[in-house]
Amino acid sequence: MTDTAALMPRRREVHPDPYYTDYKTSITRSPYLPLLSMESTPSEETGPRFGHNMLGALDNNLISNYTQGKALAVGERIRVHGRVLDEMGRPVPHTLVEIWQANAGGRYRHIKDTYFAPLDPNFGGCGRTITDENGYYEFMTIRPGAYPWPNRANDWRPMHIHFSIFGHAFGQRLISQMYFQGDPLIDLCPIAATVRDRSQLDRLVAPLDMQNSRGMDYLAYKFDIVLRGRRQTMFENKPEGM
Amino acid sequence: MTQPLDILVETPSQTAGPYVHIGCIPTFAGVEGVYPEDLGLSPIEDGAKGEVITIVGSIYDGTGWAMRDAMFESWQADAAGVYQGQDGADPKVSGFCRFAADKDTGEYTLRTIKPGAVKGRNGQVFAPHISIWIVARGINIGLNTRIYFDDEDNSADPLLARIEQRPRVDTLIAKKTGDGTYRFDIRLQGEGETVFLDL
Ligand SMILES: [Fe+3]
Repeated sequence: MTDTAALMPRRREVHPDPYYTDYKTSITRSPYLPLLSMESTPSEETGPRFGHNMLGALDNNLISNYTQGKALAVGERIRVHGRVLDEMGRPVPHTLVEIWQANAGGRYRHIKDTYFAPLDPNFGGCGRTITDENGYYEFMTIRPGAYPWPNRANDWRPMHIHFSIFGHAFGQRLISQMYFQGDPLIDLCPIAATVRDRSQLDRLVAPLDMQNSRGMDYLAYKFDIVLRGRRQTMFENKPEGM
Repeated sequence: MTQPLDILVETPSQTAGPYVHIGCIPTFAGVEGVYPEDLGLSPIEDGAKGEVITIVGSIYDGTGWAMRDAMFESWQADAAGVYQGQDGADPKVSGFCRFAADKDTGEYTLRTIKPGAVKGRNGQVFAPHISIWIVARGINIGLNTRIYFDDEDNSADPLLARIEQRPRVDTLIAKKTGDGTYRFDIRLQGEGETVFLDL
């Protein structure tokens, strides 16, 4: 049961700075004091599991799930796919992946989004799936539009899809964003820039994947996700029978 | 030169943003009809063993403002200290809940059962607690903390024991406000800052 081993510590240097002045909201929403560190415990090493049986047939198709298949969302059709792995390079099977995004015009279906790009009556903006036994997932959706947001006077979010991933342990919980290869707004975005190491930010940029695109139908983007791994332990938590 | 370690690196976090509710609790956010119901509405079902409790609180930013847009997840053991997925866990306790700050008041409510003490490695025993994960606009990587209870014996808890500045221990302890009711406020920054965890 490797599942009971301690989680590897988070490498905080690859993650965003919690306090980043160009992202103004982070200034009052980041702790001043150091985090309390210790080895993970069962509270972080266990976590909720979700079964494939909770999924509806259209849950991973944002083009048609809001209308339950009656009409299609407006926008450039894309397929987003990849694998969820852990830091040991092992696939993370049967884990819930949720996404949300703006519509093709850059507008969210949310009471607080007052951008004047129109809502699409056929687009809700959320989807979910569960990885297969190889850690693989895929979504059909439309390419989200870039949108302006109130931060500095003329800040725009690059095209992006928000991702939420569970893993198998509460201590693996991760929310991130996928960007699109070649989007010039990535370099101008203060939220993207919270990841200070450019090589780490590049890992959030999905490449165009023509091999998995389909003619006269959709373009594909490949987005792999790595969750925290567990320490390999020969001397503690011996497997049953050893 | 040496052999490469051959270990991957965790994908960097990004803020959940202001519209996290669309992705995680869409019905709550007004995006209705995609899923039958939102995930994690309750950590317990009828018949769960243990004392049913309600925890209420707010999360305050560095200016003292109760944030209206935060989303929380909780994860806890059953009344016997066993997590779902472990042998013998109470089948009526999923242990997982998603909840959000009220959009008008900023107050959250978590209705659950009081968890039991949890056994860790090497004979460690953790006092009853609920693990909390917090995301919101402006939070660039989700924040972990724990809710302990002021009517439990927390004196030997290994995590609380690591807090050097003893008054800060209080930031992790819910205060009993009545029969089965507790208050647990979270302060992100500054005076009375909650202890956040990296484990
Ligand atoms: Fe967004």
